[in-house]
Amino acid sequence: MVVFEKPKALTDTPFHYCPGCTHGIVHRLVAEAIDELGIEGNTIGVAPVGCAVFAYNYFACDMIEAAHGRAPAVATGLKRADGSKIVFTYQGDGDLASIGTAETVHAAARGENITIIFINNAIYGMTGGQMAPTSLPGQITQTSPYGRDVETVGYPVKIAEMLSTLDGAGYIERVAVNNVKNVRNAKKAIKKAFQNQVEGKGFSLVEVVSTCPTNWGLTPEKALEWLEENMIPYYPLGVYKDKFADKEETK
Amino acid sequence: MSEKVLMKGNEAIAEAAIMAGCRHYFGYPITPQTEIAAYMSKRMPKIGGVFLQAESEIAAVNMVIGAAAAGKRAMTSSSSPGISLKSEGLSYMAGCDLPALIVNVQRGGPGLGGIQPSQSDYYQATRGSGHGDYHLIVLAPDSVQEMADLTFKGFDLAEEYRMPCMMLADGTLGQMMEPVSLDMGDVKKHDKPWALTGTEMKRPHNIVNSLALEPQQLEQWNIERFKRYDVLKKEAMAETYRMEDAEYCIVAFGIAARISKNAVNALREKGIKAGLIRPITLYPFPEEVIREATGRCKAFLSVELSMGQMIDDVKLASDCRRPVHLCSRTGGMIPTPDEVVAAIMKIAEGGNN
Repeated sequence: MVVFEKPKALTDTPFHYCPGCTHGIVHRLVAEAIDELGIEGNTIGVAPVGCAVFAYNYFACDMIEAAHGRAPAVATGLKRADGSKIVFTYQGDGDLASIGTAETVHAAARGENITIIFINNAIYGMTGGQMAPTSLPGQITQTSPYGRDVETVGYPVKIAEMLSTLDGAGYIERVAVNNVKNVRNAKKAIKKAFQNQVEGKGFSLVEVVSTCPTNWGLTPEKALEWLEENMIPYYPLGVYKDKFADKEETK
Repeated sequence: MSEKVLMKGNEAIAEAAIMAGCRHYFGYPITPQTEIAAYMSKRMPKIGGVFLQAESEIAAVNMVIGAAAAGKRAMTSSSSPGISLKSEGLSYMAGCDLPALIVNVQRGGPGLGGIQPSQSDYYQATRGSGHGDYHLIVLAPDSVQEMADLTFKGFDLAEEYRMPCMMLADGTLGQMMEPVSLDMGDVKKHDKPWALTGTEMKRPHNIVNSLALEPQQLEQWNIERFKRYDVLKKEAMAETYRMEDAEYCIVAFGIAARISKNAVNALREKGIKAGLIRPITLYPFPEEVIREATGRCKAFLSVELSMGQMIDDVKLASDCRRPVHLCSRTGGMIPTPDEVVAAIMKIAEGGNN
């Protein structure tokens, strides 16, 4: 009897992530989706700069490590080089929503047939907890020690809402990984984002509201509570756009 | 088909790239290289290739990285300010050992500068352009024919040495029309076992990456890459013109070399033994040719469309054993043959200093 198995699309390399960090969960969900769709041998992943930089060691498919924020452009090059390949990027909020905003927006606008997994944990993890484009108003970080003051540094960027206004974007959903129910939903969304690409439908992005216990200064358990009480009200979960579903409904 | 057709330099680059098997072009509009993108946008869809106008120079070079990582012949083109933006990607490309062609049709700088021809990106091209220990192969054509030939060769060199190759042209060459033969010969095939083509569950995953947090490993990677640069030195190319008995040696590349050729002829008519060394590869720099001339010449004159950048390499290659002078215009201005003649006359009259 099989009680627990590691997805085949993950290598045996131990994760370097901090205790309680939700990157591990999301890596697993991505790998499960790849396994279930049977696409590992045909998939190419693009790792970001940030905590997930070593994703190229964890996913068993072919991988490339992109410059900070440039993953959607690298993915575009890979996909245009061979449209039969399944190309995904895995990016954090600094990478995708700050330095790589242009690459993200225009990949979506082009309706590039790629899959983006976007980890929003409202902080720069790898560099030690600086304010991110998605840090909440009032949130204390290393570079907003008195709390994010929206009067001087402005407001968080809501990527799912913003991208869903673009005609080119196909499927945009925001999920969270703070409890079993949400993890199951996240899995469904991630699998759908890959399935869309397999079917040649177009641009799919799943924003995963995540935790960073280390840089939030909370225990893993408290971090999950903080996510639920603070992140989800600001970043409501749900499907923001599903152009492909609309098409099917109107048939 | 050795028939010649009349083409703009920029178009010759584009067509030669297609003949070299490049089917992936990513670019962003900037003067004076836009004809390359325009040409590609017409041709690529008709031959099953990819033309994509990126959202930025940065995105364009990263798309090239993606296509090159997938094992395809890919290219981008731009002009000086755009090359600054692409330089991040060039550093990553070098760090990932990816081959690709990058064309710089130079204009005057710094900053937004102007849109007239320049050679003031010599340092940028030959010193790597981005951060870190690396070089690009740098090719410097002086005619529309050579723009085509070096484009074709550039893809080969890039793949053979697994490094990005830059074509360092300028606005004059890009815009001028000359007859060109596009008889390029066969495309060499290079094995790319490192390419991201999907494991098909038959091999361990390939990783294209420039990150090494262990300093010992990063040092090793850099040392190995520089060993390849050492081998690359044998690819150094230069044209020599009337150098057999030359006492005064002009060194110039690209459009400055064509002007200098006229100056050499004019000087010879005056009875002054002038000659020209025209580096065709700027990296690797044709040091041997300069070194060989150092023993025979009284002085060097570096003719450039910049405040004087290649002059440093002439001094290095000649070990400063002869005076190295500069004749240059910058900001989009071009020296006339008369200015070059006058510079040599002044050196000749002033003796060896």
